[in-house]
Amino acid sequence: MADSGVTDEPGTKDDVHRAKTEGKELSKEEKQRLRKEKKQQKKNKEKKDEKASHESEKKKNKEEKPVSAAAPASQPPTQPSTQKAPSAVPAPAPVPVPVSETPALADKPAKTKADLKAERRARQEAERASKQAATSKPKAPPNELQPVVKRLPEHVQVDNPGVLKKLAKKLERQQTPGCNAATNAKIPLRLDYGYKVSLFSHLHQYSRKAPLTQQLSIPSTVIHPAIVRLGLQYSQGIVAGSNARSVALLHAFKQVIRDYTTPPNEELSRDLVNKLKPYISFLSQCRPLSASMGNAIKYIKKEISNIPSQCKEEEAKRKLLSCIDCYIDEKIILAAKAIAKSSIEKISNGDVILVYGCSSLVNHILCEAFEKNIKFRVIVVDSRPRLEGREALRRLVQRGISCTYVLISAVSYILPEVSKVFLGAHALLANGYVMSRVGTSQIALVAKAFNVPVLVCCETYKFCERVQTDSFVSNELDDPDDLIVTRKGKTQLEHWQDVPSLGLLNLVYDVTPPDFVDLVITDLGMIPCTSVPVVLRVKNVDQ
Amino acid sequence: MELQAVLMAAGGGSRMTDLTYNTPKPMLPVGNKPLMWYPLNLLERVGFEEVIVITTKEVQKMMATDPKMKIDVKMKLDVVCIQEDGDMGTADALRHIQQKIKTDVLVVSCDLITDVALHEVVDLFRAHNATLAMLMSNAHEFTETVPGQKGKKKTAEQRDFVGVDQSGKRLLFMANEADLEDGLSIRKSIMRKHPRMHIKTGLVDAHLYCLKKAVVDFLADNKSISSIRGELVPYLVRKQFSKTTNSPKIKDDAENQNQKTNDNFTYSNQRDNTILQPQQYEPLLQLAQERSCWNDHRGDMSEAYHGGKLRCYVHIIDQGLCCRVNTLAAYIEANRLAPKLFEEPAVHPSAVISERCQMGSDSIIGALCQVADKTSIKRSTLGNSTTVKEKVKVTNSIIMHGVTIEEGCNIQGSVICSNAVIGRGADLKYCLVGNGQRIEPEGEVHSHKHTK
Repeated sequence: MADSGVTDEPGTKDDVHRAKTEGKELSKEEKQRLRKEKKQQKKNKEKKDEKASHESEKKKNKEEKPVSAAAPASQPPTQPSTQKAPSAVPAPAPVPVPVSETPALADKPAKTKADLKAERRARQEAERASKQAATSKPKAPPNELQPVVKRLPEHVQVDNPGVLKKLAKKLERQQTPGCNAATNAKIPLRLDYGYKVSLFSHLHQYSRKAPLTQQLSIPSTVIHPAIVRLGLQYSQGIVAGSNARSVALLHAFKQVIRDYTTPPNEELSRDLVNKLKPYISFLSQCRPLSASMGNAIKYIKKEISNIPSQCKEEEAKRKLLSCIDCYIDEKIILAAKAIAKSSIEKISNGDVILVYGCSSLVNHILCEAFEKNIKFRVIVVDSRPRLEGREALRRLVQRGISCTYVLISAVSYILPEVSKVFLGAHALLANGYVMSRVGTSQIALVAKAFNVPVLVCCETYKFCERVQTDSFVSNELDDPDDLIVTRKGKTQLEHWQDVPSLGLLNLVYDVTPPDFVDLVITDLGMIPCTSVPVVLRVKNVDQ
Repeated sequence: MELQAVLMAAGGGSRMTDLTYNTPKPMLPVGNKPLMWYPLNLLERVGFEEVIVITTKEVQKMMATDPKMKIDVKMKLDVVCIQEDGDMGTADALRHIQQKIKTDVLVVSCDLITDVALHEVVDLFRAHNATLAMLMSNAHEFTETVPGQKGKKKTAEQRDFVGVDQSGKRLLFMANEADLEDGLSIRKSIMRKHPRMHIKTGLVDAHLYCLKKAVVDFLADNKSISSIRGELVPYLVRKQFSKTTNSPKIKDDAENQNQKTNDNFTYSNQRDNTILQPQQYEPLLQLAQERSCWNDHRGDMSEAYHGGKLRCYVHIIDQGLCCRVNTLAAYIEANRLAPKLFEEPAVHPSAVISERCQMGSDSIIGALCQVADKTSIKRSTLGNSTTVKEKVKVTNSIIMHGVTIEEGCNIQGSVICSNAVIGRGADLKYCLVGNGQRIEPEGEVHSHKHTK
């Protein structure tokens, strides 16, 4: 230790080397500190003379240096971490000093070791005192010790008033550029409705009786009419289901692109993306966007941005429209065909297949299997309040498939009869969890208990890079009034809002862990649940 | 552009000729505003910027001079004049302006006074991609005694039979009592598709329609349809359930339905199947509907909307004001209710009212009025520039512009049109005094229509 203090420059290297061997934290801090100091040096290039003079003073006085302002900031965090290695405490001290003092080194020949030590300690004390006197910098310690915290999406921070204010401001700023700038038209903010159960108070809860169109002008000029129509259809549930929503979204975007004209002095590739942003905010307020919709939007935005600037408007529009058609053909229609082909191999004669709710893909598979004259029967499980199973039942029976219909409360009674479970998915998360209609994880769990294979069918465009292990963090809250039912003229929950301790919760999605899923059938083939990140990686590389 | 607004202001007011023989109906004062100001205000409030107004030359002239219209209406009014005596129906008028119609239309009648949330009607039109969406309201009985009517005679109103489905939104059946001679017959196809139908008779049609552009084009080809309410709407409602594939069947349908205009309809039915169907039925929309797990009905094997492409919807309001001013009784009712829609001061700032005047809280005094001492004005409307001398008692009455009421008069439950002069000491009960008429002093008129 004493040896290292003889000459400053070799001491630096030794210190850093020792720091590396002593512990990772130290080296990281030191590296960050070094980086900061280098930045400081670049900034203060003009002040180098002053620096030199300051440094000479420093050498003599060992007072606080304005130059190495980074040094005091980085010093305190090193102090708690280096409690175990007290010898290293003074070691960081000379590090900033020699770095900044190297130009001035020539001036200062050797001083005695003891003097240097004393100077260092005095400096340390002065800096510690100054740090305690001044307000602490909260930024510095967490940044150095933890990785950067990811910014939470705002749709899961509804209970944070600051985030809501930011969202309102963002909507105001997102006026469609160009039209009606004078009237200051903006996307309205949809207000939440009713009491939210505390565990889910960070999510939006809207009422179907208060549509967003209430706050829009009737011949909607701010938002393209096709988008308004789409938003209405989403919020009223007329277009429901992951595939249907994506197709309807792309159809509406096609109409937007057809009606789009590039304003003068603007480029289509940049302006069209800006035009789409307020529409997407509007749609996400009508109903939170699904993972498939998110992927479709990303694709479109990428395609629009990739349009070369010398491309003429008509040609660009044609190209975009054909891209959209291509996307739908590939990712939805052909994918469905491929999945059906793979799934039919898994369905054999005499099978009893259990399906839950109404998944367009699963229905398609079953209809295709029936066309191939495989003898099987289907048990449709349904749940309130959506009762989507009735629609699935109708479609299957219309084709001639023999079906049984039960509610989810009877799942454990009929599972002994079932040979396979086919489930549809809303999204497949990057950690292998399946996000689907609420109730799916229950069915998968019970099926696992009965050793019945669970097969999830999902196209690859629904694969999502999100990671979630529970259904609380990110979900969707549907209209709580849907839970109210009238039987024999009596509506018990009619005045639920008046009861202060009562909250109605209408969840839409839940996540199923990959342990309960035996196979995922995608258009890329049949993969286990844990291979989802591989698929995502391959997709990203392709693009 | 999503919707174009069209205001039909060419109507003659055939059911209130006493009021309209001098003033055209759109300019009749209701709460001291011209009648057509109310629908225009409604359109302006929801965000329309342009309105096509179909009216007569006379009304156009009056519009230009009326202060309320000039100042308050900020939208761009595209006035289209038609012949007054041309006997043009509303559908004919729509055909007349077919060139101006580029998108779907919202047709409003000039005599509609309502505070309905218009987005409810338009949302039905948008969400279900409907061909027609209209507004109706549960009618209220008129409680006021109508002047000029001797006794409480109930007018023989022709009832409308309106059939809606279980949700109360889809329009299944519409017929007027006049058209149903033997009885109400409902086709089996409707009953098969919608086994539960609610038939309502007490509804008032607000004459507010959202129509697809294809309907306007259809009107251009079918010149036989002349009234939107009387012919077009029942036709569209029927067409929802007609079989479009078999032409002989269509003939049968026409014969069963409307026996009056049989021939015209059979001809048009065969041709218009292509016109009223949406032309390019977008494959993507079809795909989205197939993949969507939504159905508007349950219990049978058919898909959403039973595969029908033509859909008619109605929004029925229970609360709120919605009245059509097409009879005298409605006019009186509107005068009482319309001022409540707006937060305007009851007394116009330019009116001169003496302190010893007793004015009720639900009376409206127009601009430049002069009301002298010892007068009592209760539940009445005074138009602009009226002069009321001393010791006059006005109750439950509507007094239009420029009227002079001499001293000591007693006016109760009456309607006094513009520029009339009521002589001193006259006693009017439940009367209607026409334009520019004079009532002699000390005259006593009860339940009489004093017109030219």
